[in-house]
Amino acid sequence: MSTPRTDGNPSPEIAVLTDNICRHYQMGEALIPAVDGISLEIRSGEFVALLGTSGSGKSSLLNLIAGLDRPTSGKVVVHGSDLADLSRAELAKYRLHTVGMVFQSFNLIPRMTLLENVELPMRIAEVNRNKREALALKALERVGLGKRKKHRPVELSGGEQQRASLARALINQPRLLLADEPTGNLDSRTGTEIMNFIREFNESLGMTIVMVTHERALAEQYARRMISLADGKLIDDRATASAATAVVRRGEL
Amino acid sequence: MKLYDSTELAVRNLRESFLRNSLTTIGISVGVASLVAMLSLGIGLQKLAGRRLQSSGLFDTVIVTSRRDLRGFNREQEDNGPAPADSPALDEPARQKLEQLPNVIEAYPDIRFITELRFEGSPHLTMVAGLPFSSKNNDAFDGMQGNFFSSDSAPEAILQKAFAEELLGRTPKRGADDVNVRELATPLLGKELVLSYTERTATPSASSEADRGSDAAAYSVVRHRQALKIVGISDLDPDSMRGQARARVFLPLKFAQSLHVMQASDVRDTTRLPGSAPTYSNVSVRLKSPKNVQAVEDAIKKMGFNTFSITDATRSMRQFFAVLDLFLGIFGSLALAVASIGIVNTLVMAILERRREIGIMKALGASDADVKGLFFAEAGAMGVFGGAVGVALGWTIGRIINLGTNVYLRRQNFPPEQIWFVPWWLIAGAIVFSIIISLLSGLYPASRAARLDPVQALRYE
Ligand SMILES: Nc1ncnc2c1ncn2[C@@H]1O[C@H](COP(=O)(O)OP(=O)(O)OP(=O)(O)O)[C@@H](O)[C@H]1O
Ligand SMILES: [Mg+2]
Repeated sequence: MSTPRTDGNPSPEIAVLTDNICRHYQMGEALIPAVDGISLEIRSGEFVALLGTSGSGKSSLLNLIAGLDRPTSGKVVVHGSDLADLSRAELAKYRLHTVGMVFQSFNLIPRMTLLENVELPMRIAEVNRNKREALALKALERVGLGKRKKHRPVELSGGEQQRASLARALINQPRLLLADEPTGNLDSRTGTEIMNFIREFNESLGMTIVMVTHERALAEQYARRMISLADGKLIDDRATASAATAVVRRGEL
Repeated sequence: MKLYDSTELAVRNLRESFLRNSLTTIGISVGVASLVAMLSLGIGLQKLAGRRLQSSGLFDTVIVTSRRDLRGFNREQEDNGPAPADSPALDEPARQKLEQLPNVIEAYPDIRFITELRFEGSPHLTMVAGLPFSSKNNDAFDGMQGNFFSSDSAPEAILQKAFAEELLGRTPKRGADDVNVRELATPLLGKELVLSYTERTATPSASSEADRGSDAAAYSVVRHRQALKIVGISDLDPDSMRGQARARVFLPLKFAQSLHVMQASDVRDTTRLPGSAPTYSNVSVRLKSPKNVQAVEDAIKKMGFNTFSITDATRSMRQFFAVLDLFLGIFGSLALAVASIGIVNTLVMAILERRREIGIMKALGASDADVKGLFFAEAGAMGVFGGAVGVALGWTIGRIINLGTNVYLRRQNFPPEQIWFVPWWLIAGAIVFSIIISLLSGLYPASRAARLDPVQALRYE
């Protein structure tokens, strides 16, 4: 499935729209409202940080946008298509082509080499074999891991693993990058390295980024919009300080 | 995901937990091996029985009997065809008619009688039969010592080995090793055997030109003696044979006919209407090729006679082996059934271990079908490897048993036999069966993996 593009639209297109979505977990007697009526609009090319304390529902919201989970109520519309209308197979296609995901724990497949890990989404997308390897290598080189292509994830540092998983997330050229605490397991220097890559993708490829993070400072520095959650509800939504500078920088381009 | 890619991933996944998957695959191999071993034993025995039947000389022969004399060899023949009273008599004109049928080489009456033979003065009572000269080329006489008859009318005899033993006064003990035919031949070949028999001649009162024709029901019986030269000792086992081969002494057919020995059917003739011609109890019809058996048999049945042929003999044999193969197949499959549980177990464990990996693949965009295909491919790959190794193993076991059997047979002075036979279709079938069983075993684990919720799978380390 490819979401319909409305290129040539003068005002920035809406990439993600959530309309009063809820995700309630039933735990025996108790009902846990992990996501409790969130309505959002994220424009194409925006860099959004999701903030909130542990258990506030950040990951749950991200999974709903990723189509990994379905909301209990409300709807998620990504680039004009309502995810509720998609079958399980179509939802998989949506994840494959429209969404790229990065996780706190990198989630590389340990039995595969870096090259194979990066190649995997193309394998699922049934991309031609020869093309696949060249593209995967190029993606690894882009994150500075060309020489490590034959290595397995365990042989790499956390930062390197996260760079590889970034390469993997981008290999099918998604329009939406969803990152769940991508720097959560990294020291601040390596975290900065990863954040710079993400910012580069946002700026040079015009990719929409939704990033979950604990660190307000990181959100302020890189994202242009901060959304804060508490108990599954949206409590704050505002532009960051860097948003202004970003506009300036974009003017420079 | 493309089949090639899922297969490649599956094979790597299998290599990753090498020991566990090897053990599971060995389980399948043992199952396939036992199936192959069992079935090839069944097939080998069937082939052996077929060869035995072929060497009985019945392969290109149809035995014809009159419905008046004998009941049919099978119920089908009894239930169909003309009533016994309306059916034709098996006499000389009928024999000639049989010989005229297309694809028939010869039709000769079965001449057989029990009589006394004297060897070096002592009497031996036994069954004597006429043997057509054409039997010379029959492979049933391959293991014979001495020579075949010099002509179709020579006063010569071929002895069955058990009778030869009797003549030499060697009564074999039960269960003792079989005697060597060559040992029996030396003291007997060229020796004289005196045949006492009763000739059927026309009664002197009957008109001489009618001889055995118009009123043969009235005849005289005259005692005669005839000296025979022993020319051959046959190693045939009379119990495994049919028709004239059941006899223990064989004479050339023309010679035997010329003796006009009183036949059992002659007594029956006296009870029939005077004027009816003498009849044969049965006539053997030899065909140009075994392929003609069915057609000729049908033609003879249409004439109103009963027939017995290789097809009748093999029909019951085929039924027997179908049942035998079924049982062997079921026993062979049991091991494979156990192995299939091993596959289910291994794959379910793999799912538990690779929960997170499945979650990752789904997050990356793998569909339920992709995940299912991956586990299916793993099951299939185990089936392919297990099947291939199993066939090789089964084949080896077969070779070893065959070798062992033949070593035993040779020690007992028997010719070697191939009791083991692995046709190519069994090899192909066993591998395909192993793949099918493996895929069926993969059905449950694969759909379980496909149903896995990615959010749950990714939630915990
Ligand atoms: N599968 C589930 N079953 C029951 N409750 C769940 C499930 N998944 C999430 N929850 C609950 O939903 C709430 C939100 O969880 P979520 O993982 O979205 O929080 P989070 O903001 O990502 O937290 P963290 O910063 O620790 O990752 C939590 O209270 C959690 O216990
Ligand atoms: Mg979380």
